[in-house]
Amino acid sequence: MRVSFPVDSEVRERLEQLEIPFNADGIDPFGVSKAYLGPSFTLLKFFFRRYFSVHTLGIEHVPQHGRCMLVGNHSGGIALDAAMVSASQFFEMNPPRLAHGMAERFLGKIPFASQLTHRCGHLTGLPEHAERLLAQDRLLMVFPEGARGTAKLFKERYSLVHFGTGFVRLAMKMKTPIVPFAFLGGGEAIPTIANAVSLGKLLGVPYIPVTPWVVALPIPARLDIIYSEPMTFEGTGFEEDDVVLAYVDRVKKRIADLIETGRRLRRGDVAQLTNSGPHAGVAGGAHT
Amino acid sequence: MKVLIPGVAGRLGKLVAERLVANGHDVIGIDRRAFPDAPAGVEVHEVDIRKRGAEDVFRRVRPQAVIHMATVTHLVRQSEDRYRINLGGTRAVFEHSRAYGVEHVVFVGRHTFYGAAADSPLFHSEDEPPVGIGSFPELADLVAADLYAGSALWRYPDLTTSVLRTVYTLGPTGHGTLAMFLRGRRVPTLLGFDPLFHFMHEQDVVSALVTTLEKRPRGVFNVAGPQPVPLSTVIRETGRTNVPIPEWVFPSLLGRFGLPKIPAGALDHIKYSVTVDASAFVQATGFVHEVDERGALRAFREAFPPAPPGASTNRAR
Repeated sequence: MRVSFPVDSEVRERLEQLEIPFNADGIDPFGVSKAYLGPSFTLLKFFFRRYFSVHTLGIEHVPQHGRCMLVGNHSGGIALDAAMVSASQFFEMNPPRLAHGMAERFLGKIPFASQLTHRCGHLTGLPEHAERLLAQDRLLMVFPEGARGTAKLFKERYSLVHFGTGFVRLAMKMKTPIVPFAFLGGGEAIPTIANAVSLGKLLGVPYIPVTPWVVALPIPARLDIIYSEPMTFEGTGFEEDDVVLAYVDRVKKRIADLIETGRRLRRGDVAQLTNSGPHAGVAGGAHT
Repeated sequence: MKVLIPGVAGRLGKLVAERLVANGHDVIGIDRRAFPDAPAGVEVHEVDIRKRGAEDVFRRVRPQAVIHMATVTHLVRQSEDRYRINLGGTRAVFEHSRAYGVEHVVFVGRHTFYGAAADSPLFHSEDEPPVGIGSFPELADLVAADLYAGSALWRYPDLTTSVLRTVYTLGPTGHGTLAMFLRGRRVPTLLGFDPLFHFMHEQDVVSALVTTLEKRPRGVFNVAGPQPVPLSTVIRETGRTNVPIPEWVFPSLLGRFGLPKIPAGALDHIKYSVTVDASAFVQATGFVHEVDERGALRAFREAFPPAPPGASTNRAR
């Protein structure tokens, strides 16, 4: 069965520029498929460029080649944040980069969902997958808040919940720079007023976000993605918890600062960030 | 070198025997099946590996190396007999090998050892335990034979043991589980699932075995060639028709409407990926595969062209 979806010409061009070893059928060793990426980014392009008003800052901090981890906060009841960050890596990096997300484990059991996420590069969230992707010099997208983060309610939208330590250990073990980022506006696009846990269990997912208009369909809000300077932590990844926790806190603090900067930007307190600003790391022209 | 091959009459066994003879080795085969088309130069003994006659062959021939291929893998043959062959036969091979001065035993196992599950990682490494036995008890004897063979590494330290876990084979002889699954014109898949399938051309499997004989790597090794590809690609490139079936009706449709019959536990293997990391084998032996994934699929398709529509008596909807 082969269904063909229309693929945007810019997407087609950028797919060819991806530095990923696709075989002649357009499939890489992890099963990432051009046939899925094409329609997926065509759809994302509409949301990224037209539907939402996405402001990206500091994308120059993301290395053009080589392994890297994008580490940021969750914002929005569904994977809107991951989708837009991956769109920003695909449409705003030159050459474009494919950001691999780590899919929630429950997705693997759901027909179509597992197939779509996997073919688009979002493997099941296992440490083995993260290590293998980084070993192949890929770009990994990590949300250390996990599912707790996507479950944030509207009033909690600018807060950060508990960060796991696994991502820092992974970065140390795999000698990978971390590019912290903040994502703002997901809470406005999908204002979660409650999470239906029982209904979610019935459907085989952790919860269903409920919005004032009941379903989690996003409204065309303003979204901000702010990347900052890479952070590198020397070590093996097998250090004591207190050592690793200190690094985790530094990343978390940086992301909290970025969120604060983003809020001021959104309020119009500052027009544009400069190198001399309080968060010099994020300096860079605004890309819209 | 004198090489003894228990299970020589299988399709892969024959290919290995042919290659070894061509490379100038003395090849002695054991099989309880008749082997009328044995390659010239191969000494064949029609005897069960577990019987006295097999031990006599070890004693008389005194092989330097043994490639153990006498395992029953057809999952349709589910019987006590299969368990006895796979476990008793493997035990006999190692005991005779130690008793009669064999230097190197190669156990040819399968990558399905690792099992298929939603939360199991891609590219298994050799130190991972098997997880699939719970959902697929039919695999238990093959998993046990693999682990038993691995235990020879510490039980018989003087004997060099190579336990190989090879990915699916595909090629013109139609050998192997994947080839059996693809034999018909229509291939059933689970609607909404498209796992990666890891396979290599049968001649590359033969090359891997011959390389193992030459380099004598000690330990357990995954053996693979080209990258895995989605099952849907396998079906398309072999000219078959993909028949996606919702999971809840799947069991009742197997074996009907021209669809192959597979055990219920095997469903996980067409639902989730089983792929392996074969870098340790490459590092230990320098093995390089020759045929890429498209070449292997093409070779199978040319040898087994899909039957024209209407050739099968049952028409699927």
